[in-house]
Amino acid sequence: MPSPDLTAKKTQCYHCGETCPNERIQRQEKNFCCEGCKMVYQILNQSDLCEYYNLNENPGISQQIKLRKDKFAFLDDEKIQVQLLSFRDDKQVHVTFYLPQIHCSSCLYLLENLYRLNDGVISSKVNFTRKEVDIVLLTGQTSLRKVAETLTSIGYEPYISLNDLKEKRPAINKSMVYQLGIAGFCFGNIMLMSFPEYLGIDASETGLRSIFRWINFGLAIPVLLYSALPFYTSSWKSLKHKVLNIDAPIALAIIITFIRSAYEVISGIGGGYFDSMTGIVFFMLAGRILQDKTYRQLSFERDYTSYFPIAISVLKEEKEIPTALPDIKPGDTLLIHNEELIPADGILTKGKAFIDYSFVTGESLPVLKEVGELVYAGGKQTGGNIEILVVKEVAQSYLTKLWNKDAQIDIGVKKEEQSKSVSFVHLLSRYFTYIVLSIAIATAVYWQINDPARLWPAVTSIFIIACPCALLLSNTFTNGNILRILGRNHFYLRSAQTIDDVAKATHIVFDKTGTLTTTQQQNISYKGTELTAYQQQQVAALAACSSHPLSKALAKHLSTEKRTDVAGFKETTGQGIEGFANDDLLKLGSCKFVTGIAERQTGTAIFINIENKLYGYFLFSNHYREAIPDLLKKLKGNYRLSVLSGDNEAEKENLQRLLGKKATLLFHQKPEDKLQYIQHLQQHGEKVMMIGDGLNDAGALKQSDIGIAVAEQTNNFTPSSDAIIEAKQLSRLNKFIQLCRANRNIIIASFVLSIVYNIIGLFFAVQGNLSPLVAAILMPSSSLSILLITFGSSSLLAKRMKL
Amino acid sequence: MSVIIILLIASISVAAIFLIAFLWGVKSGQFEDEYSPPSRILFDDKPSSSTKTK
Repeated sequence: MPSPDLTAKKTQCYHCGETCPNERIQRQEKNFCCEGCKMVYQILNQSDLCEYYNLNENPGISQQIKLRKDKFAFLDDEKIQVQLLSFRDDKQVHVTFYLPQIHCSSCLYLLENLYRLNDGVISSKVNFTRKEVDIVLLTGQTSLRKVAETLTSIGYEPYISLNDLKEKRPAINKSMVYQLGIAGFCFGNIMLMSFPEYLGIDASETGLRSIFRWINFGLAIPVLLYSALPFYTSSWKSLKHKVLNIDAPIALAIIITFIRSAYEVISGIGGGYFDSMTGIVFFMLAGRILQDKTYRQLSFERDYTSYFPIAISVLKEEKEIPTALPDIKPGDTLLIHNEELIPADGILTKGKAFIDYSFVTGESLPVLKEVGELVYAGGKQTGGNIEILVVKEVAQSYLTKLWNKDAQIDIGVKKEEQSKSVSFVHLLSRYFTYIVLSIAIATAVYWQINDPARLWPAVTSIFIIACPCALLLSNTFTNGNILRILGRNHFYLRSAQTIDDVAKATHIVFDKTGTLTTTQQQNISYKGTELTAYQQQQVAALAACSSHPLSKALAKHLSTEKRTDVAGFKETTGQGIEGFANDDLLKLGSCKFVTGIAERQTGTAIFINIENKLYGYFLFSNHYREAIPDLLKKLKGNYRLSVLSGDNEAEKENLQRLLGKKATLLFHQKPEDKLQYIQHLQQHGEKVMMIGDGLNDAGALKQSDIGIAVAEQTNNFTPSSDAIIEAKQLSRLNKFIQLCRANRNIIIASFVLSIVYNIIGLFFAVQGNLSPLVAAILMPSSSLSILLITFGSSSLLAKRMKL
Repeated sequence: MSVIIILLIASISVAAIFLIAFLWGVKSGQFEDEYSPPSRILFDDKPSSSTKTK
């Protein structure tokens, strides 16, 4: 590992805050980490937009990865434009770009001042929560492509995927907020109107009393007919499937309470229970909105189309023509640039392909392909440009098939399982419904015999008071709060049910590449005769001549400032390189290439030969994410662990040491193998939590009881899963699991409390003398106390765990 | 007694105005982005720079 230079003070890039390299890139006494960042600074400086840097410290986005010049050429294509634009006429063009990089008020400032950078832009408006910018352009003055390039030049590269073209992302469900607003309005007013009745309005003022009652009646109608709609639809749906869900008793309670109250008001017996009824609806809706809000921003349902680029360069008569992906036909020749994805299966016709299949197979090192070989879709080219001849359409390629197969598995296996593992809340609530029904019947029978006049008051008040709202609230509020806390820590769960699943997991399966290790960094160690600084320089200079990823990594590892002349450079593909560096003959490469003897060795190594003398070799090993060893140590005690890897066995010893002797380590795992392993565990009664990142894990993630996808950035593509965790947060996984487990205890505690409330209420109800006052005190106070307990305890716990 | 009725009408209509304001706010998207408007107000639009743009 390169030892960090502790003597020199680390300088931060003025633009993005990354540590600057040794050679200074400066401009106006400001340090930058790369030319890209410096360029952005210059652009902003020219347009007098340096306020950007005053709002937040180092707000920029690192520019170290350079973009290809013609990347947005496809935006000139008429067909693609039509799909992207939201409005267009002779004067104006409206377009919305998704910019995942938006993260602070500086971004906001810069993007809303876009008109200063591009004359064709009339205005731009940022929606921060959606990370979108709406841009209004002058028709003819500028093009979509130019705007996209302007955005890219200041570090905000628009993310455009095929998914965007097909459909707009669903709008936020506003109707539930309306329903909540109306329920709140009615609930509040009914409470006020009910006070005179409870405080004992003078019997002489009957006229006034009936006015209050009728106002309450009127206010309850919109709640019954509009605000409570979600409960009716949900319970109706479940009844159609012959299941009793938790919404059914609520809907029943709302309707019964209304009928009973309406009857009381019309016949002039009493004031009814309108306040209780509207209160239930209000609190329940509030809980539901809170739950929805937590994961609105993330889309969990993504398919392969969001993974692929939107367009690709097709070579026709020596010209590059950007073509939308669905228009690619077998027989076309595609030009794939560095860092681009191969969208369809094809035959390599030109260039040298180093294809990074880490996303598909988990193999961390790029695969070399020669002209004439078949390349599969889903790989990423690293190095120079290549040309491929398409043999299969995008929709029929290996990658999409893999995806579709997963989908089939999903339908077949998981459905069955899901119906089995109904959340214990729903289970409890089902019993709850039956218990309430039987109490009601018993009461009815009792009063039928003893005093038929009290039958209906008693039975209806049982339904009113025994509404499971407190039970349900304890669930929704705790879950909602936990989801919110986890989301704040960049661990996003698909639904509340997932919390329960996380808490139940018994076996944790890790993928190696990209999950435990990072793909961007490798540890390089040297074994053999010590190299002098001069020799290291020579090696670095030679390695820098090659475009092979290993050579590049080595050159970077040994990077020196002094220049070394290289002559007679020769590369033997897939074997090694040789050449003269400052007149010394150097040979770098595989064991066979350098020494002539094929030696069995695990791991990836570059052997070094200088002037016909073998010095030693550089060993490449995986770089584990920070704090991963620590996490594994903590998990080791409580869970059974496994690691599945598509890679070779080079890391076996290292991993075994980290995970302990009991852990299972499997290498050379194909996607199907991973899936089968999970199934195997499940057959032995394990609840499996699978943590993976790539498409190669997609099947296993779906099969497991809880699949967690690791993403470098939450906005990046991830395979469909139950949860998404940001890579940096992976080390805190054990804390997250702990919180999910505590979630269950909190819910159970508040369940007990709400049952106590219910028993008190039922005590009055079965006797047929539940007064509206008792109901009005009992129902909101139970809801409110549950709300406080669940919210308070889960937040307190999170604070203690420093989440 | 009739005073109470007038007060009732007044109080409910005031509450109704707030309800309508809330519904309008939701409809016009004021609750969709809670971050940008409060930050936007803090940006100083320097007159010197705005005159600079042609």
